[in-house]
Amino acid sequence: MNMPLDQEKPLLQVRHLKKYYPIKKGVISRTVGYVKAVDDVSFDIYPGETMGIVGESGCGKSTTGRSLVRLEDPTAGQVLFQGKDLATVSQKEMRKLRTDLQIIFQDPYSSLNPRKRIGDLLAEPLLAHKMATKAEAEKKVNEIMEIVGLPKQYKNRYPHQFSGGQRQRIGIARALMLRPKLIICDEPVSALDVSIQAQVLNLLKDLQKSLNLTYVFIAHGLGAVKYISDRITVMYLGKVMELATTREIFEHPKHPYTEILLNAYPIPNPHERNRTQMVIEGDVPSPANPPKGCVFHTRCPFAKDICREKAPGLTGKDHLVACHFPIDEGKV
Amino acid sequence: MGELLKVDKIKTEFQTDKGPVTSVDEVSFDLKEGETICLVGESGCGKSVTSLSIMHLLDRNGSVTEGSIRFEDKDLAHASEAKMRKIRGNDISMIFQEPMTSLNPVLTIGDQLTEGIRLHMNYSRADARSYAIEMLKKVGIPRAEGIIDEYPHKLSGGMRQRVMIAMALSCKPKLLIADEPTTALDVTIQAQILKLMKKLREESNTAIILITHDLGVVAEMADKVAVMYAGQVVEETDVYTLFDNPKHPYTLGLMKSIPHITNPDDMRLNSIPGSVPSARNMPKGCRFYDRCPHAMKRCLAEKPELKPIEDKQAHSIRCFLYEEEEKNYEKKHAEKQHAEKEVSS
Repeated sequence: MNMPLDQEKPLLQVRHLKKYYPIKKGVISRTVGYVKAVDDVSFDIYPGETMGIVGESGCGKSTTGRSLVRLEDPTAGQVLFQGKDLATVSQKEMRKLRTDLQIIFQDPYSSLNPRKRIGDLLAEPLLAHKMATKAEAEKKVNEIMEIVGLPKQYKNRYPHQFSGGQRQRIGIARALMLRPKLIICDEPVSALDVSIQAQVLNLLKDLQKSLNLTYVFIAHGLGAVKYISDRITVMYLGKVMELATTREIFEHPKHPYTEILLNAYPIPNPHERNRTQMVIEGDVPSPANPPKGCVFHTRCPFAKDICREKAPGLTGKDHLVACHFPIDEGKV
Repeated sequence: MGELLKVDKIKTEFQTDKGPVTSVDEVSFDLKEGETICLVGESGCGKSVTSLSIMHLLDRNGSVTEGSIRFEDKDLAHASEAKMRKIRGNDISMIFQEPMTSLNPVLTIGDQLTEGIRLHMNYSRADARSYAIEMLKKVGIPRAEGIIDEYPHKLSGGMRQRVMIAMALSCKPKLLIADEPTTALDVTIQAQILKLMKKLREESNTAIILITHDLGVVAEMADKVAVMYAGQVVEETDVYTLFDNPKHPYTLGLMKSIPHITNPDDMRLNSIPGSVPSARNMPKGCRFYDRCPHAMKRCLAEKPELKPIEDKQAHSIRCFLYEEEEKNYEKKHAEKQHAEKEVSS
């Protein structure tokens, strides 16, 4: 499962995806510029794999995820799910496709309707898509609750009666109700306590195996991403910086940004605290006014003249990197 | 190094409509000058309430009902509000998790930064301003002369946290309480802030209470660590002993449940089942009872005490599993005292 087989067809193909938000100013709301949240992103996702997307806040990872299930309408580009372009299909057809595409949100507190009982919340997607009668739906709810580890008798409770970890289980259960093929997990564990994070990560991993699910796992916590992903996309200012298998990313990072991101992560071992650390100064530039050339050149310790003028393309076969001077371990 | 702060078995209660709720129970630790202690634990374990108790910043319905807090020669647990005003921001200062909400949006950075300097250090307006610029430079803010007249919304999260640090350190406090100072920031910015805190700590010899849930941050910053669970300290020792030889079942579980980038590929995370008990109905015995893999019958009924055990370094644990080691420590301790007595007589 780790390496997608050559003959296998991708489940989802993202081609030159762009999402620009207009900046409006003045009395007549003239558009004075664009925030380039996602700027020319392409990747494939194969059945049964987990694609991790990492990056700092504001790098466009959530917007990418939301565009994949058309919670955002892309400005340009294609999202092909089993050959159909999600960016242009009609609302009616999209509704049908949504049974195969589900999303789990970061905040389980705000993504559940506080006035509905859990049993009804879980049955809702089935009834809305007319995929089951009430009696069948109830049976299905019982099944799914058992799968995600919630006692059946909690069906009549309201969301506020659950803890954060349990609410995230409900969010997962709800996404599973329609037996989707692809689930976008948008920071599913970031709001949870560490001891609960492990429970949810293990649950997601087990479900993937038993139900043959494909995940897009978006997070800023590299530990969680490494634990669950087969391949990882590193994003910075709306662009893909590096894309490779999890092992490659962690053992042989080629992009300086990836290297710095890995390096910035505090190691839970006090004996390592005096290691030499590569700390980059400065903040992420505003996506409304990204730097010319390579978007990372303002913070890159290795930036040269060409980086300030020409944006590097994403090159490579299995290990893709967008950098004029990728880190070559042989040379260092 | 002299002793700076001694927190002794404090209990903090909140009065609610449904009766009192104890959120911190029997928490003790002490801190020397220039030392850094980390309070680690999950949300709701009482680490923030502990620090707010020290600062007298609890909500109106909360109060320290038992125990004592000694800071140098002062008793903070029973200090008057007037006395606390002299200490807060001067001897003890604090930085919070959300630099966005702890800065006043309608005052410039300079207004907010010089307020404390003028109040506690009696500087003139002009002196306070140039001192504030100096502080901003010290925490690595570029164009400090310009930034001082800006409003907080112009700054990024990392910059705002730097301003908070400059503000907290401007009166040269002896103790800095940092409540999750990097939790809201990105890892690259977190690395910058931690580096800055280390540098400033070396220069000023300020003692730090660092509250965090991130064991990586603990390993980077702490001299010693108190692991908290459900309002109590369950394990306390120096940082090396904690990571090399963790003992309490909760600490062990916590360490194994964190997905880390240095973990081997196929390692399955060990999750702690269940969740933290609510403050309203705390178990009578050990509070970790229903999540503990080693729970015994007596853990349900009896309450374990935080006791020192026999180890190479000072190491205290609240668990019945280590009674043998606790007894050994007592025995050795008694022998040592006996021997000392004989020598002196």
